[in-house]
Amino acid sequence: MYENPDGVMIGLEVHVQLNKLKTKVFCGCSTDYHNDPPNSHVCPVCLGLPGSLPVINRKAVEAAIKIGLALNCKVEEHTQFYRKNYYYPDLPKGFQITQYDFPISSGGYITIEGEDGELKVGITRAHMEEDPGRLVHEGTIDKSKYTLIDYNRSGMALIEIVSDPDMRSPKEARRYLDKLRNIVEYLDIFDGDLEGALRVDANISIMGGQRAEIKNISSHKGAERALLFEIVRQKNVLRRGGVVVQETRHFDEAREITISMRSKEEAHDYRYFPEPDLVPLKISGWAPAIKATLPELPDARRMRFVEQYGITDDHAKALTSELKLAIFYEDVAKKADPKMAAVWVCDVLKGELNYRDLTVDAFKKENMQKIIELLASKKITEDGAVDIIRTLLDKGGSPDEIVKEKGLLKVEGDIVATAAEEAIKENQQAVADFRAGKEKALNSLVGAVMKKTKGRADARTAREMLLEKLG
Amino acid sequence: MATINELRERIHADSSEEIVAEYLEKIEKSKLNAFITVSKESALLQAREIDSKGHEGPLAGIPIAIKDNISTKGIQTTCASKILTGYVPPYDAHVIEKLKAAGAIIIGKTNMDEFAMGSSTETSFYGPTLNPWDTKRVPGGSSGGSAAAVAGGEAPVSLGSDTGGSVRCPASFCGVVGLKPTYGVISRYGLISYANSLEQIGPFGSCVRDVATIFDVIAGHDPRDSTSVNREANYSSALKNDVKGMKIGIPQEYFGEGTDKNVERSVRDAINTLEGLGATTIDIKMPNTKYALSAYYVIAMSEASSNLARFDGMRYGLRTEDSDWHTTFSQVRAAGFGDEVKRRILLGTYALSAGYHDKYYLKALKIRTLIKQDFERAFADVDVLIAPTMPYPAFKIGEKIDDPISLFLSDVDTVPVNLAGVPSISVPCGFTNGLPIGMQIIGKHFDEASILRAAFAFEENTDFHTRQPEGS
Ligand SMILES: [Zn+2]
Repeated sequence: MYENPDGVMIGLEVHVQLNKLKTKVFCGCSTDYHNDPPNSHVCPVCLGLPGSLPVINRKAVEAAIKIGLALNCKVEEHTQFYRKNYYYPDLPKGFQITQYDFPISSGGYITIEGEDGELKVGITRAHMEEDPGRLVHEGTIDKSKYTLIDYNRSGMALIEIVSDPDMRSPKEARRYLDKLRNIVEYLDIFDGDLEGALRVDANISIMGGQRAEIKNISSHKGAERALLFEIVRQKNVLRRGGVVVQETRHFDEAREITISMRSKEEAHDYRYFPEPDLVPLKISGWAPAIKATLPELPDARRMRFVEQYGITDDHAKALTSELKLAIFYEDVAKKADPKMAAVWVCDVLKGELNYRDLTVDAFKKENMQKIIELLASKKITEDGAVDIIRTLLDKGGSPDEIVKEKGLLKVEGDIVATAAEEAIKENQQAVADFRAGKEKALNSLVGAVMKKTKGRADARTAREMLLEKLG
Repeated sequence: MATINELRERIHADSSEEIVAEYLEKIEKSKLNAFITVSKESALLQAREIDSKGHEGPLAGIPIAIKDNISTKGIQTTCASKILTGYVPPYDAHVIEKLKAAGAIIIGKTNMDEFAMGSSTETSFYGPTLNPWDTKRVPGGSSGGSAAAVAGGEAPVSLGSDTGGSVRCPASFCGVVGLKPTYGVISRYGLISYANSLEQIGPFGSCVRDVATIFDVIAGHDPRDSTSVNREANYSSALKNDVKGMKIGIPQEYFGEGTDKNVERSVRDAINTLEGLGATTIDIKMPNTKYALSAYYVIAMSEASSNLARFDGMRYGLRTEDSDWHTTFSQVRAAGFGDEVKRRILLGTYALSAGYHDKYYLKALKIRTLIKQDFERAFADVDVLIAPTMPYPAFKIGEKIDDPISLFLSDVDTVPVNLAGVPSISVPCGFTNGLPIGMQIIGKHFDEASILRAAFAFEENTDFHTRQPEGS
């Protein structure tokens, strides 16, 4: 049972950009702008030119419903758009079209691994809105002489997912973010690797204080850091007899601190009212059809992996924590031993990829199948397999070529036997130690055999051979 | 004043270019100030093109004037505001696309109250438009330029927009025909919003037939406007000189205190004329009419306060000296908007703000529902309603401009129609001291056919619409 000694309560507001849709949320502009010049994917609507009108993108509504369903929310029969009025240079209309009353879905949950076992985090609501443009400052925001605005992003469909304040530690917040991202990636409407794909605002309070809202968090790690800082800050305020006030704070990613932006007294009055240019949307009847097309979600896939492939739950969890990895594993397991595949993908490949900051896209499934096949038929050693994986990632090529080039084919009994005899002859001290009962001395003899065979001997065989000869 | 049919014959005999040149000359010599921008070159070019192609399309070669809050590609569109001076839209409104496709020629952009906020065309940054019947008087508003242009013979037809009477009021004051269609019948794509949930683009003409002809061209579904409806209709075919059996309702509240005696007499005479043609009449009560004006202004100003937020000088329009963002946009808005616009933005912002939202905005929406119900009940018994368009004829320039409340009150008979979203047409029905009087015929949702038929039959049996101001 997790005690939560400081009474930490964390709620997150996550903005997910539906960057896999073909068009923006209220106009026909393409969303594929990431490699194009600024302001090249714009039209009268997303520039907010006088007289232009928004028209809702049906695919965006369907994607929003998908997310609602995947987060176990209730999808409404009617949904309505509102105007959130405020002035900011990235907002070409002087208001943002968003949702207020009648959001598209609400009242859901997701389960994460909490401090003390499984934790259900409530989803207050998941609603649709439009993305503003992007401000580009010369240098830093406070020193810049001018600011440039890129409206390519303006009008991109966003889903704002608001959680209940159910998380009790920064670690739980991070796990929530990982899980949430994983779920939306499974829905094939979102590519988390693109710039600005996922943005987080965090609400956090500790016992005896009011909540602070932290803005400008752009990574999961950033969220954890910002929350850790904030807990320490709030505790210090209370310890000194101060008052933790309700306020908005800005996360400075470089310095890993939060800075006060404005207090609640100066908070904006957004003057929400129904967007008169968009009629209320009747979506009753949409949800069942969309539910039928919903793909298998991470938790379901994890359970299936355990059952279908007989792999451990830990491996299944690791494999399904990233959609690409799960797909890669299943592809490999089609033509290779599933259990070996799980071990090698989770315990070796994933580490090597992380070390190089690569995704699983960097590795061909055929190569993994080949490596497992070589291992299963005992043609290479485990060390050899690791060598092949590293070489493939660093230099490319094919497993067969690498085996040939590096002479990684496992050596057979006679050679190992000869090497063992030589090792015994050359390491009399180790032999004496072993005979005197020092079991560990055998390891240095195994090491000597491996050295003589340039790593191509199987360590277990070498060990057995040595025991036999010493016995 | 020439009708579309008369012009068609002349275009066939002579050329569109000649007709367009004649109108352009008339505009040039005029003192009415009906136009903000005259698109002389592009109009003549377009006319020559149409002459060379052989006059295809229902409006081939016919000049038309457009209210300056409708987006026209390549032609300055200012909403009669300093803040949009110099703004040249990169796209055409839906109605402009339709008009061009029908062969019509855009001869210019007409004067209006700034951002359509007013009933007299006096709030324009470009100065007031004068009423062709008496140049000391206002033409009505906010589409005053479009109505004055038709009455003054500077354009045969024109487009306005009607948020709370902005087509019907100037039609009434200038003695021309003006139609406010059912909400959703004409796409608003490209109409620069004042109050989105209330307004519609509407045509002006010197006769009902011309208004129906333009309406036929510009009505119809547009996927770019979510509030646009998908309905097929041919409005010109509704023009029958026959009102036998038509049931006319006379809403008592529209003849109340403040209505000029001569206006009331003319409208009642007009109703008698229709009765003489075989229509029947009954008195109708619309008890919530007295709340309409307050509800209208709260809703219109609330929407306006948000709609006009985009004018910050960053992307187009007026730009003052650059400073930081907050200073710059405040300066632009302080310098760019006129007093009436500022007043409405302030009031609308107030009505939507926390603590007042329920008291004003939500309450206004509830009243709107009651007004709609008034109309539904009335139309359960009658086909059309007839009432004065304006409670009095055109007033003098400067008479009301410093008294906003009195100016707001002049919209008392026109705003309920916008709150309910029903169609209404204003037609000339008399004169008082040489000034035209208009009556409005109000119909059920999407029943423009009935009001056009009543208006047409009235016109066929009277001659008010044929009278012209001196010099037009
Ligand atoms: Zn666009």
